[in-house]
Amino acid sequence: MKILVTAKRVEDPESKIKVKPDGTGIVQEGLKYKINPFDEIAVEEGLRLVAKHGGEVVVVSIGGKEVHEQLRHALAMGAHKAVWVNHTGPLDQMGVAGLLQKVVEKEKPDLVILGKQSIDDDQNQVGQYLAEWLGWGQATFASKAESFDSENEKNKVPALVVGADNKTVRVVREVDGGLATVECQLPAVVTTDLRLNQPRYASLPGIMKAKSKPIEELIPAGLGVDVTPKLTVTKMSAPPARKAGIKVPDVATLVEKLKTEAKVI
Amino acid sequence: MPRPEITDLYLIDELLTDEERAIKNTVAQFIDREYLPIIGRHFEQGTFPMEVIPRLAEMGVFGANLQGYGCAGLNNMSYGLILQELERGDSGLRSFASVQSSLSMFPIWAYGSEEQKERFLPGMAKGKLIGCFGLTEPDFGSNPGGMRTRAKKEGDHWVLNGTKTWITNGSIADVAVVWAKVEDGGPESIRGFLVEKGMPGFSAREIKGKFSLRASFTSELSLQDVRVPDRNVLPNVRGLKGPLSCLNNARAGIAFAATGAAIACFEAALEYASSRVQFDRPIAGYQLTQEKLADMLQEIVKAQLLGHRLMRLKDEGKATPAMVSMAKRNNVRVALEIARTARSIFGANGITVEYPAVRHMLNLESVYTYEGTHEVHTLVLGKAITGLDAFS
Repeated sequence: MKILVTAKRVEDPESKIKVKPDGTGIVQEGLKYKINPFDEIAVEEGLRLVAKHGGEVVVVSIGGKEVHEQLRHALAMGAHKAVWVNHTGPLDQMGVAGLLQKVVEKEKPDLVILGKQSIDDDQNQVGQYLAEWLGWGQATFASKAESFDSENEKNKVPALVVGADNKTVRVVREVDGGLATVECQLPAVVTTDLRLNQPRYASLPGIMKAKSKPIEELIPAGLGVDVTPKLTVTKMSAPPARKAGIKVPDVATLVEKLKTEAKVI
Repeated sequence: MPRPEITDLYLIDELLTDEERAIKNTVAQFIDREYLPIIGRHFEQGTFPMEVIPRLAEMGVFGANLQGYGCAGLNNMSYGLILQELERGDSGLRSFASVQSSLSMFPIWAYGSEEQKERFLPGMAKGKLIGCFGLTEPDFGSNPGGMRTRAKKEGDHWVLNGTKTWITNGSIADVAVVWAKVEDGGPESIRGFLVEKGMPGFSAREIKGKFSLRASFTSELSLQDVRVPDRNVLPNVRGLKGPLSCLNNARAGIAFAATGAAIACFEAALEYASSRVQFDRPIAGYQLTQEKLADMLQEIVKAQLLGHRLMRLKDEGKATPAMVSMAKRNNVRVALEIARTARSIFGANGITVEYPAVRHMLNLESVYTYEGTHEVHTLVLGKAITGLDAFS
């Protein structure tokens, strides 16, 4: 089977993010970038399914030349080829979904797996738009209920299982207060939650091999997609800094303050 | 913890290829996530986390700069970057990798028969076979040519007798590359023997009471009438050139890697100094602390540049022993000084394994002395400068 996965370039979640003084965005100097962690989980899941069912994993990213770093990362993990949608400038979730739709129509995968959201602007919409516009079924927030703490846990049934006839996919989803298991006709769109799997480390020979794997370049105009954003960010601001705590002399004062100031008891 | 970009003040990262950078980042991520959370406890208890061996092997770390036989076939720069990240974790882990790759796999790869390469290298690359390197003896450290270990020919076997000490990985090794003089010959008669675990008369004893490289196996090897078959003798090298070429290889890696320990100490000290408040402001704001941090960073950047150039020269086949000596001598010494300075910034907190400085400081005392003592590297350099040999 053919699986399309995404690899968005995002700020390293371990970087310290600073908002520009004029509120138009974040300070980008000195920031490190990496693949969106939810997308990395999607790449891993695609590789596991292909290891089991055969086929290939195609990874797609949208952005300037710098997204090659994220595409190469996915290729080093084991993806077979990459599609680079060469676009610089603002893009909203509909623009992204529109471009992905065209890539899907071109690549014709059996399954699209993408992160449920990207950790930069946390929209959580692209997978849903994409499934709707393709007219495909969708299973969002694919998750594995178990922790990964023991071998036994790791070996439990995966959250994404493709039917024996390669026509359906069964997905365990994380929902409020529990799990829901859904079944979709293929082709379908699946978005990944945090606990679906633990992505592998790329092997060092894999990193070298990634160099010679193909990256196909596409441009939005060539795909016939108008990516003019319908959504504009008007202002960004950092969360207010937390005030320093105070020390109270005794328990009685603490209880008093909890009652009268914090109003929690 | 976010890694401050300041440690790459001279943008040395930009001198790397995309692949070299990706290799560095991948190993760095492994160290951050899988190794740093556990190393303090292992150092304290004097144990080695064996579970990391198969995982590093899976990534292709062991024998990474060797071609074929299941090895990754990377360049020396990539190998150096891997070791530097391991060293940023702990010298014990980097020592494991140096010994496995440069001192055990390399001699088999360079001087072994085809049959020996096929028999050992793929298993060693996978971390299923562990190697060690037996050169140093209780009475012969900087002067290996005086070694007492002997091999006598008996039919299609060699009988080995002697003692080797300060052998990293000795007690867990499946194969020991033991260097011995043949019959009653001099240094020119030295040959390499692949002594396997379980051969009668061969034993390894763990050296106890170490305050350095605690998360590493250090052993003494005892050889008493050990019968080693002909097929376990390295056929293609004789004399001190064999072990010295292995050491030269390992030393280049160590010179490059030592900066990893220095970076770990600097980054942790910077973070601590920025948040530790005394007299109502962070100690990073005081001139004495800033001088310490400036001195540390300056030496880190210089060591990185030296290491970088050394590995590029090695990849071009132009690295000489004098170059390796200068880099090992400088980079390990400054790493040790940086670790000591970092320890002082942590104040009393710095003496515990909660913070990395004292662990690296103690480890680097070993690194300063092993793989050619600081003093011997001085003499190698002195000889290259003057043409006069001050060894004897």
